[in-house]
Amino acid sequence: MTTGKQTKRAFTLVAALATFATLAVTAVATPGAARAQSLAIRAGTVHTMAGPPIADGVIVIRDGRIESIGPSASTPVPAGFRLLTATVATPGLVDAHSVVGLAGYLNQPHDQDQLERSAPMQPQLRAIDAYNAQEPLVGWLRSFGVTTIHTGHGPGALVSGQTMIAKTRGSTVDEAVVQPLAMIASNLGPSALAEKEKSPGTRAKQMSLLRSALIRADEYRKKVTAAGAAEKPPRDLELEALASVLDGKTPLLVTVNRAQDILSALRLAAEFRIRVVLDGAAEAYLVLDEIRAAGVPVILHPSMARAFDERENLSFETASRLEAAGIPFALQSGYESYVPKTRVVLFEAGIAAANGLEFADALAAITLDAAKILGVADRVGSLERGKDGDVVLFDGDPFEYATHVTGVVIEGVVVSEASR
Amino acid sequence: MRIAAWATAAVLLPATLVAQENPHAFTGARILTITGGEIENGTLLVHRGKIAAVGSGIAIPPGAIVHDVAGRILMPGLVDTHSHVGQVAGADGSAPIQPEVRALDSINVRHAGIQKAQAGGITTANVMPGSGHLLSGQTVYLKLRDGSTVEELAIRLPDGAIAGGMKMANGTNSRKDPPFPGSRGKSAALVREQYVKAQEYCGKRNDPKIAADKRPARDLAMEGLCEVLSGRRVVHHHTHRHDDIVTVLRLAEEFGFRVVLHHVSEGWKVAEEIARAKVPASIIQIDSPGGKLEAVDLMFETGATLEKAGVLLAYHTDDPITDSRLFLRSAAIGVRAGLSRQTALAALTLNGARMLDLEPRIGSLEAGKDADFIVLDGDPLSVYTKVLETWVEGEKVFDRTDPLDHLFAVGGYGAGHDSIANEELEMEGSR
Repeated sequence: MTTGKQTKRAFTLVAALATFATLAVTAVATPGAARAQSLAIRAGTVHTMAGPPIADGVIVIRDGRIESIGPSASTPVPAGFRLLTATVATPGLVDAHSVVGLAGYLNQPHDQDQLERSAPMQPQLRAIDAYNAQEPLVGWLRSFGVTTIHTGHGPGALVSGQTMIAKTRGSTVDEAVVQPLAMIASNLGPSALAEKEKSPGTRAKQMSLLRSALIRADEYRKKVTAAGAAEKPPRDLELEALASVLDGKTPLLVTVNRAQDILSALRLAAEFRIRVVLDGAAEAYLVLDEIRAAGVPVILHPSMARAFDERENLSFETASRLEAAGIPFALQSGYESYVPKTRVVLFEAGIAAANGLEFADALAAITLDAAKILGVADRVGSLERGKDGDVVLFDGDPFEYATHVTGVVIEGVVVSEASR
Repeated sequence: MRIAAWATAAVLLPATLVAQENPHAFTGARILTITGGEIENGTLLVHRGKIAAVGSGIAIPPGAIVHDVAGRILMPGLVDTHSHVGQVAGADGSAPIQPEVRALDSINVRHAGIQKAQAGGITTANVMPGSGHLLSGQTVYLKLRDGSTVEELAIRLPDGAIAGGMKMANGTNSRKDPPFPGSRGKSAALVREQYVKAQEYCGKRNDPKIAADKRPARDLAMEGLCEVLSGRRVVHHHTHRHDDIVTVLRLAEEFGFRVVLHHVSEGWKVAEEIARAKVPASIIQIDSPGGKLEAVDLMFETGATLEKAGVLLAYHTDDPITDSRLFLRSAAIGVRAGLSRQTALAALTLNGARMLDLEPRIGSLEAGKDADFIVLDGDPLSVYTKVLETWVEGEKVFDRTDPLDHLFAVGGYGAGHDSIANEELEMEGSR
């Protein structure tokens, strides 16, 4: 026999557990193309990011792609299509830099694959070999509207490894991956110094090691392309990865926070004529002219990152300063060694929007501008005909604390319907 | 606002005295009193550090300095029941239980964290040692006044003693190599052992039938526990997992100590047990579950679940775990997950005051209470809202239009470096 009190408690538990169940189930219940990928969404305001917001807009998604988008009066919903409704719709959110999937929420050695400490430079470590598509934090981000993540090896080593771009769906990395090699992750400054008696032990040593490696990689790629078939050097995964940076195919993501470390990254970009993306960049506001002149984009630290050590001088207003300076930037969830194990870009953009960044620019920093920096703007980041059908539904201003995400769609598949 | 206050003191001393003597009237604002509803176009009258009157249609006494705050929101200064600002430290690594150690002996009142807390609208904070011990020492309740010594910030009990609680913890943070406990059973046993010892000590120390020279020698650790057992000092207990929460309730019942549960990540699993024990819960808002095993089941819905169960609820920053400047956000996210607006606002003010035994003085805007309040440019639970001013006992300690205060409010070069305050003071010739 169940008492009323027990029933009530059971209900509370079930309701609470349902949230977690949703996160877990959607991870395994969306195996790629096996689901219906056609639906329509009608929202009071549609932020397309490709033009002014559409009042009472309709988005039609067929076979995973956006087939049409426009005002409801001129955008019919095809017969038989499921119709979702919302107050506000935005593109699926793009988290410009995370470690989620390599870093797990348990924070135990067995679920922390974002940093290998056996050597200071290991650009050959692939993110795809470590990404856990079923990590609960992936589901957590998805439930708050994040549909695309740039994730992989994190800060903490001079060159920690590769990053990848994934959709927050699928039960395997193959179902999730958008781009298996996105960037090579590196880190200058105090957080990437080795322990005592080991290299690199200073900032200058970090740069000398990195420059030497790039010079070695340059010589390697010259031998590979120039020499006759018989004289080709043996294949070297480490140098191959760095050669891809020198070739301009793969950007070097450089995590730097102090102004002098930001300038070191720019010095490196100029010397080797490589594509550099600044990551973190807490003191970017001190060297705006130099960053702009270098034409380097910034993936800014989370707005709510803790202000200590090399980030002690971070500012809620840096995003608005970058915007005013005309420097391309995006926001990120970043790397956290403790709690919260991941941040949520939706919340980080809200704080930026509350501190001088225009609403549209804050939304762009977690949609189109992020997609552009990641090189995937042909597929995601805005709601336009032909792009992936990745959409987030809200019941109000997306940045307001008390607004809920009411639905998340990835390529036409509803991956979350919980009110979050 | 520390520097501005010094400058004012140096140049405009008579004016400061006048400011203290003359009543201040804040007019035209929407006033969230917490205990008496929300007043449109209200007036808050402040005199000599206390609230003289609050309401609509209040007569402004002659000589009062009038602050037109039309269009603004006034609410009580925020009460943070769990903070680590001021470079606070407590027990060292020599033993798991150190009730003789006082947080107040460690605090740097010039620490940037205190000025950031003022910028976040926090006017009272329970500043505590960490959770790496079963009992890490005596906490201190601070008013975030502008002051040069911890004594100037400390809240006094009616007998003149400095107010504070006792920090305890269970679960994994306090588990390590001996002499620390290696298991949950051992953790509870070590705590019980000390409280049993304290029961005997406190009884003998206070027993009039025992001659003074036969009473046990003074023991600072035991004295600390006596203050817990007598109810003078509330235990602030770090605890996450449902079974650890229930263990706290069990120990509190056994020894009869007063306790506030802190963090309470799995409180939603044992909300009815917490309610039945009539124990309050001060919770934390973390943006994702995990990061440590005890927090893998953390949920945004904990606040709403505890509210429904009837538990007295507060939020805390655990600064630096969450930023004091974003304290309002914590309760707002609770509202996102089902908490009522009324409880959310009380969970930032009055409920925290109750947990610190300070309800008679702070936590709401009522005549006779301390004039601790904040001026906001919008709804306290909106992401876009800014704290414009923070007032403690009728003195403005934060003003967003002041350049240095603005630096602490938003960050920037020097904001993380507390010594900048000291350098500024030297430039002012005040030190």
